[in-house]
Formats: sequence, C-alpha cells, structure tokens
Amino acid sequence: MLRMLSLALMLCLMVPTTAAAQTLQDILQTHQDEVLKPGRRSVGVVLDDLVASGLPQALPFLEAWRDREIVQLGSDGLFYRAAEDGDAITLTDLDTGEVFTQVDDADLTETRPNGGVRRAIGDALVQFQLSDPDIAKRRTAVDAIARTMDASQRAPLIGSIDGETDPVLKEIKTRLAGMLGALFAETADARIVAINDLSGDLSVDVRGVLNTILATDAQVAATVPDGANVAQVLVVGTDLTPTEAYARLVVAELAPPLVTKSQIRDALVTNINGDEVGGIPVASLDTDAGRALAYDMLAGEGIAPPRVNETAQADAIAAHTFYLQYAEPNPAITDAARTALTDIETKVAMSQAVDLGLDALSLASIYFLAAIGLAITFGVMGVINMAHGEFIMMGAYTGFVVQQFVPDYTLSIIIALPLAFAITFGAGVTMERLVIRHLYHRPLETLLATFGISIALQQLAKNIFGTQARPLTSPEWLDGALVFNDVIAISYIRIAIFVLALIFLTLILFVLKRTRLGLEVRAVTQNPGMAASMGINPDRINMLTFGLGSGIAGIAGVAIGLYAKVTSEMGADYIVQSFMTVVVGGVGNVWGTLAGASLIGFLQKGIEWLNPSNTLAAQTYMILFIILFIQFRPKGIVALKGRAAAD
Amino acid sequence: MRKSFLAENPSVLWFIAVLAVFTVVVTLLSEVTGVGLISTSFVKTLGKTLCLCLVAIAMDVVWGYCGILSLGHFAFFGIGGYAIGMWLMYARTEGIVIESLAGQPIPPTSAEVSDAIGNQIFGVVGSSEFPWIWAFADNLFLQLLMVVLVPGLLALVFGWLAFRSRVTGVYLSILTQAMTLALALYLFQNDSGLRGNNGLSGLQNIPGFENTSQAVISVIFFIASALALAAGYIFFAWIVSGKMGSVVKGIRDNEARVRFLGYHVESYKLFIFTATAVVAGIAGALYYPQAGIINPGEIAPIASIYLAVWVAIGGRGRLYGAVIGAAFVSLLSSWFTGGGAPDINLGFYVVQWTDWWLVLLGLSFVAVTLFFPKGIGGLFDLLVRKQS
Repeated sequence: MLRMLSLALMLCLMVPTTAAAQTLQDILQTHQDEVLKPGRRSVGVVLDDLVASGLPQALPFLEAWRDREIVQLGSDGLFYRAAEDGDAITLTDLDTGEVFTQVDDADLTETRPNGGVRRAIGDALVQFQLSDPDIAKRRTAVDAIARTMDASQRAPLIGSIDGETDPVLKEIKTRLAGMLGALFAETADARIVAINDLSGDLSVDVRGVLNTILATDAQVAATVPDGANVAQVLVVGTDLTPTEAYARLVVAELAPPLVTKSQIRDALVTNINGDEVGGIPVASLDTDAGRALAYDMLAGEGIAPPRVNETAQADAIAAHTFYLQYAEPNPAITDAARTALTDIETKVAMSQAVDLGLDALSLASIYFLAAIGLAITFGVMGVINMAHGEFIMMGAYTGFVVQQFVPDYTLSIIIALPLAFAITFGAGVTMERLVIRHLYHRPLETLLATFGISIALQQLAKNIFGTQARPLTSPEWLDGALVFNDVIAISYIRIAIFVLALIFLTLILFVLKRTRLGLEVRAVTQNPGMAASMGINPDRINMLTFGLGSGIAGIAGVAIGLYAKVTSEMGADYIVQSFMTVVVGGVGNVWGTLAGASLIGFLQKGIEWLNPSNTLAAQTYMILFIILFIQFRPKGIVALKGRAAAD
Repeated sequence: MRKSFLAENPSVLWFIAVLAVFTVVVTLLSEVTGVGLISTSFVKTLGKTLCLCLVAIAMDVVWGYCGILSLGHFAFFGIGGYAIGMWLMYARTEGIVIESLAGQPIPPTSAEVSDAIGNQIFGVVGSSEFPWIWAFADNLFLQLLMVVLVPGLLALVFGWLAFRSRVTGVYLSILTQAMTLALALYLFQNDSGLRGNNGLSGLQNIPGFENTSQAVISVIFFIASALALAAGYIFFAWIVSGKMGSVVKGIRDNEARVRFLGYHVESYKLFIFTATAVVAGIAGALYYPQAGIINPGEIAPIASIYLAVWVAIGGRGRLYGAVIGAAFVSLLSSWFTGGGAPDINLGFYVVQWTDWWLVLLGLSFVAVTLFFPKGIGGLFDLLVRKQS
C-alpha cells in the first residue's frame, strides 16, 4: 500500500521527468545512484518510475537487475546488461538490444541489489507479469501467486484485475484476490468480509485458505492466559491420552522428561559392573520390573536421572490446562472462518453424497451389464454358465482386435459392438449345442462342464494375447468428465455405460414381453412339454436364448473393456459378482437383476465410503452381507410367486 | 447279524494295503535310506499329493455322497495351512530372535522379544504389532486345535445359515464360492494380520528340528500324510457305509423324500459339511509344511473348483475314485506345467504344454462330465462286471 501511495506521489511530482523520459536508459540515468546502490527505501522510486513508464523493455531489465546482470560502463556512464562469455564480456543495450563485446572489466561497475531490494524488484515484476499482454505469462503469474499465497502479492493482483481482458482469467484473479483478502487484508473487518465471500466456494484452495486461518497450536499452561484465542480446551483422557499430555508437558519444559525403556536399558548397559548393575545381578534384568529396580539403584547413587513415577505424572498433568490456540489472535476472524468452513463442509458433504450416488449408479450399471446375459441363461433357462465371464472377455478382446485393424476409435467401437455380439452369440450357440443340451437335467454337472470350458477359454486367451493387459481405447468424445462442481464429476465413459445398460434393459424387456421369440422363451421356461405340444421347438428356443445371453455378455465385454483393462482374467473378476447380482435380485426376472445390480453397486460404494482406504475389505464385507441377505430372502429381492417359482 | 464294517467294505482293506506298500517303498527308495532313487523334492511332491488326496476324499463325501457341491473346501484346507503356518513361523522366528538377542549385555525382557518377533514377521506389511488372531501362535497345542476348530466353526456357522434357509443346488455352490472369494480377498489385505499377499513363508523349517535334514523331515511328513490319509479314508468309509451313509445318500438322491421320512436333513448335511471341512483343514495343515509357503492365492475360488474337477475325473461317490482323481490330475498337472512333458512340434506351431495343459484339462473335464460321469473309478465297475 505504501508503494501505491508513493507511486501516486511520484506521478504527481515527476510528471515532467516521466513525460520527457522516452527510453529506459533515460529513467535509469535519472536515478543513477539508486540503480547502482539500491537500498530498501530508495529502490521504490526507481520501480515506481519504471512501472509508470509502461516501457516493454522494463520487464527484462527488472529480471536482469534482480539477477545482478546490470552493469554501468565507466566510459559513458550508461547501464548495460552483461553476460560473461569466457574471458570476454558481452554488453547488451537495454533499449535497442544492440550487443557489444568488452574485454576489460575494470571499467565496469556492477549493481549489487541486496536481498530486500531483490524482493521488492520481484514484487514489481509480478505486477508487470500480471499485466503482460501475453495471456500465458499472466496465467503463469497467477498460478505462481496461487502457489505461494504471499501477502505482498495482494496489491499487485488487485491492481491488475481491472485491466484484465480475459474473462476466465479475470474470474480466477478475483477469486484469488478474495482468498488473499481473507488471509491478508489490512483490517479485521475487511478480512471478515472476504471470508464471508468465500463461503459459497467448494474448491480445495478455499478450504485450504480457511484451514490456514483456523490453524491451531497445541499449547499447555497452568492457566489459560487472558486474551488467548482458544479453539478448544482439551480434556485428558478423551481428547488426548495421558501419555501424549505428559509428552507435551515435557516439550513445553513444564515437567521433567520420562526415562524411556531404551534409556533405562542404555543406562544399565553402560553401568554393568562385573555381573551386576547397582547391586542387582544381570541375569535378573529380563523383566521390566527387574530393570526398574536396578535403574532406581543407579538413580539413587546419582549416576542416572530419577524416573518420574505415575503419581508425579498424573499430578503434573492435572496441574496444567491443555488447549488448542488459534495462530490468528482475533476471535472475530476465526469465528467467521469457522462459520464459513462449516458452511462449505456441509455443502461439500452433500456434494460428496451426490457424487457417491453417481459412482454407485455407474458401478451398478457395470454389474447390470455383466449380469444381464447371465440373468437370461441362468435366470430364464436355469442353466448355470460359469463361462459367462469368458464370454465377456471374448467381447473385450474382439474390441481390441478390431482396433488393431480400424485405427479410428469411434468407427472401431461401432464395428466392435455388433461383431462382439455375433462372435459370442456363435460361441454360446456352439456351447449349447455341444455341451449344455446334454446336461439340462443335471444343473451341477452343467456348472462343472461350463467351468471346464471357462478354464480352457481363459488359457486359450492367455496363449493368444499374452498375459499383459491390452488397452481398449475409447473414442475421444468419451474422454473427460461431466463436471458439476468441484466435488461432483462423472466421466463420460461411465455415462455411456449407464446409457448402454438402460438400452439393454429396454431391449431385453421388449424382446421378452413384446416379441414372438420372447413369448416362446417364456412358454418354454414355464413348461417345456406343453410348449412343445403347442408347436414350439424347445431345442431351438433354448439355443437362441443361450445365444442371446452370450451375445449380450460379448457387448458388455466391449463396454467393460473401455472402462477397465482387457486381460484374460477379466471374466473371472466379474463372474462371482454377476452370479451374486442374479441370485440377490431374484432368478428368472430382469427387474430382479436390475434390483440386484443396484443393491450390490450401492452397497459396495457405501462400504467403500465407510472404509475408503480398502476396496478389498469392501468386497469382503459385501459378500458377507450377501450371504446373510440370502438367509432372509432365499429367493432374492424380486421373487417369483406361484407355479413359476417351482424348481 | 450285521457283518463287520471291514468285511462289508473290502475296498478299504485294499486301499490301506496299497497305501502301506506305497509308503514303505517310497521311504525305502528315498534319500534317507541312502538309496536316493527318489529325490527329496519328489518325496515332498508325493507327500503333498497324499494331502490333496485326503481333501479330495472330504470333497467326495460332501459332494459325491451328500450332493452338496461345495466350492469352498479348499478354503478350509487353506485355513488349516494358515493355522499351522502361524505356529511354524512364530516359533522359528522366536528361535532366531532369541539367538540374536543372546549376544546382548543384559538379558532381553519378554516384551523386547515379542517386539522383535513382530518386527521380523510383520515388517513386510509395515507393521510390528501382533494382531489378536496370533494370540495362540506361541503354543503348538492350541494352534493345532485351531487347525481343527477354525475350519470346523466356519463350516458350522456357514452351513447352519445356508442349510436352515434351504439353500440348495447351484445356489449353495455359488454361495460357498462367494465365501471362498470373501476369505481370499480378506487375506489379500495387508492389515488382515496374516501378511497380506506375502503369505506365510519358510514353513518347511520345523522349529526344534533345525539340525535335521530336509530329507528326513520330508519322509516324516510323507509318512504322516499317508497315515492321515489312511485314517481319513477309514473314517469316511465308516461314515458312508453305515445307516448314516444311507441317509446321506438318500439326501443326495431326493432330499424332500428323506425329509418326509422323518429325518432331520439339515443336521445330517451340517454334520457332513463340518466334518469334511475339519478333515480339509487337517490336510492343509499337513500340506503346507511340505510346500513351505502359503499365500491367499492358494485359497482363491479356482482352487476349490479344481478340487471338484479332481473328484469328478476320479469318479464321484466312491472314495478311491477321489484319491485316484486327485493323485492322477495333480501329478499330471505338475508334470505338464513343470516342463516335464515334451513339446509337440506340429510344423507350423509348437505346442508347449506349459501353455496348453490347462486347455487340455478344461476340455477333458468337459468330456468326462459329458461322457464318463463316473470318472476313472467307473473303469473298475467295468472290470468287476466282466469278472462276474
């Protein structure tokens, strides 16, 4: 602020000079002494003149000055920028950029700005950079301020806001100025106003600023001093343990330090006298009690400092108050900051809940996609297909192979989706014809046989594609995320998967409820014999249904491959969850699968939220929950009633 | 007058006789007697195979006789291994720690010893505290009790929950698989208290036998495994041949009918499930000291499914079938994946069995399920029929 004032003063006083000073050299010549031997005070005059001149060459000059590269040539008294080049010294004219070579350095006087002066120059530089015509430089300067958050940057920042042409950068500058104001405004009232202005902002920076204002020091004293801005008085036993409390007393030098076990040990070892220490035989030092006894002997002889016993510790703790004190002395400011922070945190928590809901929704749609094919083969046909996961894998690898031939990612996905369906449909029909058809009345055998196929397919994929994960690159328009605010964001891929899941739900419901095929499928499901006598070919229907379920797994594979890595084991990762989804939801019902996927998705995200560091644990607890859930609703969420429910 | 159990089951005698001869022959040919025709590592492989046969018998009883396709019995096997592994690791580390602390000028306190052991064991997962599940690790007897109790209790609770709500068939299979997956995922965590995916290692060094050579230890474990297999075989043969066996087989064939006859089906199933789990735990406790290392990957659901594969290939519903299946497939598997089988050069492609063995296994498994539901054991029926 002082500098702003002096700048105004200078402008009034030195109008003739400034008007006449056309070149940088002129300004520098006017202030020869200040440039050569700048002092903390005198440098302000030069800087203000430079800033006022608005000369573009002033910026490189300031940088050079700060970096001690400016010299004065004795012969003409002019200032140059010097660079050492071997023995020779090159001088650069500050205005024209003309280069001279000077061999003799005796004629040169170096300028030597000290630390304080260089800091002042740095501030002036910031101001220059903040008003630089190049937007990239302005952005860099703003970023630098956001990183350091220094009080001195506030004035130049505010000064540059009005002249800012870019609306986005202006917004950023205003926000930054608000944060700096909350931290460094001159009066308490101004700071409180700035703090209140921050309370609508959910960003991490703002929370960081408020937390900086609310930073506390752990203090201990016999009584809380008057006028201390106390955040909280700590209760020993609830807020901190007696051990921690005593440790703080020791740090504050209000109590003698404890003698630790290793100190006791060291003291005993250094004082071994023959085969005893302090009159106690060494052999009996294998318990803490024995060692304490020996140490007390040493302490009694004055060889070692005495131990602080439990009562003394308790007394010392009881005689003192432990409290947290704000670094900020003004309670009005900390109150305002706390209110603002609480307000922000409430909003952040709400946003996080929404974000968690979105995450859960996208996880649920992935599970739904993975399980819907299974819901058809297992749920509708009653055939358990352990190779379902491998069909998902086949779909994903189809996508990968297509991308090897079609480099355009959008086009390749469009090709891969139907191709994956076709391939897995074919695989499913082949499997049904060759294996499953013979095992319709032996469900456990179906499980084992399809498991054999699963092993073989998995190893086959490993042999063909190798063990390393293969990328399935998503098209560019699926990159990035939909950002609602600083907390809520959802990536476009997840939205796409959600949409895909919705499409599948509609499609399958349509096929099952509104088409001839669906009618026949439902007829065969309910009573194959009766359906056959009505002229439906159950063999054909079973084959088509199985193919449909497998084909959907293939498409799900492409979608999952976009979101996760494609490996030969990716199917195995989803198979148990898919079965869970179908079983929890209720077998034989597409709505049930939807309910199951939602339950499992939301449950898993919920558990992860409770224990964020550990997704493995989340899965463990989720499976345990499902095992228990099956106890209470053995038929799943959406249970079939009546005859259809009979096995 | 009922005939005696052994007279009714001549196959038990046959089995015991074959196993005894096999054990004696292997012992005589091992490096211990100086013959050395069978290397120590192969003795270990054979011993491990016997343990696998034992767990396969358990699987056969629960699946082939009782009709419960459990995909969780290898988890019980693994739990048994972990239980014994905890003692082995603790006791061995304790020995090492005490030895290293013996050089200190003053004797260590028990707290110092326990801290040092904790550091040694849990250093890899960034901890040094002993989790509560290690409370009995210093006591061999209690830890042996854990080998039996932990799988038994887990099976009891799980089985009680599942059977009482009438979860049957494929649902039960999936539920057991979920249980296995949950257990494996839990053990994979670093803070599970069992060293995360590092697992427990160095189990081949038996505390108190530091000066005994691995050759001797391997033979001792081989004989112990053979004894356990014999005992397990007799125990299960006795169970499935008596009146209880008839009820159990009845449950397999038609659960509802047995229930209507007045039998408490759930109790029978629960007993079979728990008893087989305990035997699986014992088999695991014998297996892992020979394997030397156990980690959560061993418990993964796939292992339990392989167990079902062995039993299916060997022949369900007959105990020797399970033994044959487990021995045949696991030995063949280690022969193929260990690079023992010669590559086949097709001219345009070289079939390397390390890569293609699983494909072959998977497909042959499908073939067995489709065409030989009785497995290898079914061949014996053909022999018997020809003779009569």
